[in-house]
Amino acid sequence: MKIKFKLYATLQDKLPANAVDNAVEVDVDEQVTLFQLIDQFGVPRESAHLVLVNGTYFAAEQRAETGVLSDGDVVAIWPPVAGG
Amino acid sequence: MAWTRQLLRVNLTEGTCIPEPLNMDWANQYLGQRGLATRYLVEEIDPQCDALGADNKMIMATGPLTGTMASTAGRYSVITKSPLTGAVACSNSGGFFGAELKNAGWDMIIFEGKSPAPVYLHIENNNATLMPATDLWGKSCWETDEMLHAKHQDPQMRIAVVGRSAEQGCLFSSVINDLHRAAGRSGVGTVMASKNLKAVAVRGSLGVGNIKDPARFMSAVSAGKKVLAENPVTGEGLPALGTQVLMNVINEVGAMPTRNMQEVQFEGASKISGEAMLEPRESDGKPNLTRNGGCFACTIACGRISTIDREHFSVKEKPQYWGNSGGLEYEAAWALGSDTGVDDLDALTYVNFLCNEDGMDPISFGATVAAAMELFESGAISTQHTDGVELKFGNAQALCWAAEKSATGEGFGADINLGSRRLCEKYGRPELSMTVKGQEFPAYDPRGIQGMGLTYATSNRGACHLRSYTVSSEILGVPEKTDPLQTEGKAGLVKAFQDATAAVDSSGLCVFTTFAWTLDDISPQIDAACDGDWSPERLVEVGERIWQLERDFNMKAGITGSDDTLPQRLLKDAAKSGPAKGKVCELGEMLPEYYQLRGWTQDGQLTAETRSKFDLPS
Ligand code: SF4
Repeated sequence: MKIKFKLYATLQDKLPANAVDNAVEVDVDEQVTLFQLIDQFGVPRESAHLVLVNGTYFAAEQRAETGVLSDGDVVAIWPPVAGG
Repeated sequence: MAWTRQLLRVNLTEGTCIPEPLNMDWANQYLGQRGLATRYLVEEIDPQCDALGADNKMIMATGPLTGTMASTAGRYSVITKSPLTGAVACSNSGGFFGAELKNAGWDMIIFEGKSPAPVYLHIENNNATLMPATDLWGKSCWETDEMLHAKHQDPQMRIAVVGRSAEQGCLFSSVINDLHRAAGRSGVGTVMASKNLKAVAVRGSLGVGNIKDPARFMSAVSAGKKVLAENPVTGEGLPALGTQVLMNVINEVGAMPTRNMQEVQFEGASKISGEAMLEPRESDGKPNLTRNGGCFACTIACGRISTIDREHFSVKEKPQYWGNSGGLEYEAAWALGSDTGVDDLDALTYVNFLCNEDGMDPISFGATVAAAMELFESGAISTQHTDGVELKFGNAQALCWAAEKSATGEGFGADINLGSRRLCEKYGRPELSMTVKGQEFPAYDPRGIQGMGLTYATSNRGACHLRSYTVSSEILGVPEKTDPLQTEGKAGLVKAFQDATAAVDSSGLCVFTTFAWTLDDISPQIDAACDGDWSPERLVEVGERIWQLERDFNMKAGITGSDDTLPQRLLKDAAKSGPAKGKVCELGEMLPEYYQLRGWTQDGQLTAETRSKFDLPS
């Protein structure tokens, strides 16, 4: 299945050169975990602070679970960030 | 003791500048800056007075740590009764002005009365003089800053000033200091201009002495700086991307107010984001962001210094805007961009420059233009009102035009300068105004971040994110992640943020430190600097006392519990996309518990018991 994978802020350098608007499309196995995706893009797990699937937060303990992603999902990841 | 223990009372009617000792009993109860100045305001003005009349007073106040070597310790606040909301106004600013004022030997300045003719206040340490400002009236903030520096031949003088918008009565004008730092919200600049006070120019070389325990202070300050440096948010994220790092986050979670809060996600967000500000542009290969910048003593340096593409329509014929100036913060980028549907980064940067140049609060300005765009699209106003301009969502030219008009108050600019509530009332569509207590919303849709709904409804200065930034917990996971779509526990969360923030806002420190610091990091710094024991628990108590005092002022000004609400759009119209799709803000689930936690009646009144617990003045 295909999902959209996005990295932002100081993690955006980890994206391949063909990324557009901080996003790449990736082909993944249905059983893929969020940690596997995070590892695949060379993002240190401790830097993956905000992990959102279709805008909803996934906590650290959910990132090793399989079956959390479906075709067309959007995974977006930030390091610790804040603003005001 | 950190306080200078001296304030300056400036009577603009009489033309006098008289020093007086700081009320230390009140300083012990309210710390400084926001809290202490509010205590003075409550004592000295009738809460029902005309905010733009001579009876209102305006206080510029520093905190006990302002001007010291503590990180971010350059803050001051402007406290007055707001012409926009009728509530207490307290707007906090960074830059260098606050520290300079403290270095000149003053904890605060109380301005009272109204000058018969335009004046500015010149302070050189102990010498304070009102000077004629007829030549400065009608000039922008930037021109005034330049003229005063030239006149006094002192490049190190720090200046706080109001622009042409304030002179014209724009109800959301800011006080601008150091060219692009603002005491931004609630029309504090409008009050300053109503007193015929154009600027305050300060040079202070006395230093900030009187630290209670200098050695302990230095070590507490160093420990605090280490925490900021090692924290990924304050050590890395904020310097690199500024607050604008939030644009994509908030859009992704579906809490990005869009097109006058009709939607919760903006398709153009990535084009106006912090990441976009780093992208080299086609014309000259330079990015929008030149560098980051910091306020006095700040080791975070979240500020943005930007340029506009010289080929862009907004500045092509205007070389005066080709240089570096204060760039987009998230709040400005949201209000000027997503809320108006404009995704043109250069246009937003230009309008942001104009907001700094003539002192419009970019949040209120952008949100009011967004309301005007909805009025236009719904037919309530037409091109007859707008000099033929198609004031539609997404029209970057129209946004730039609106800013130019607002700056001078000409034509339709006078309508925009009423703010969203009065504008929508004027054109018969009050329900289109996205405001609480008359103040425009900031950049978080409470349908997608429930705690912010309660934050807005109960904020003592009308819709505001800086009174309790629960986004930090609900979205960003700082200090702990909570679910943004749940209402449970949010009453306590909002109260805790409100109290802690009120204490930080009274110290001289920047609230952005709290992404890394807790009160356990802040209290040793205050405790080493100030007389008395300043434990984290005492700071929370001070914060809560300030909150109650502000509420009490508002109640006496005629605001009631029924004003603790949100526009119907946010309570009735469900979010159309994102995780909050189908949800409204469930304010009713949070408000009763919040009142209870505050010790208020069911209709939001302070009880006698609460008043006595916090020793509030009668
Ligand atoms: S964190 Fe940003 S706003 Fe706060 S003092 Fe530092 S530069 Fe100024």
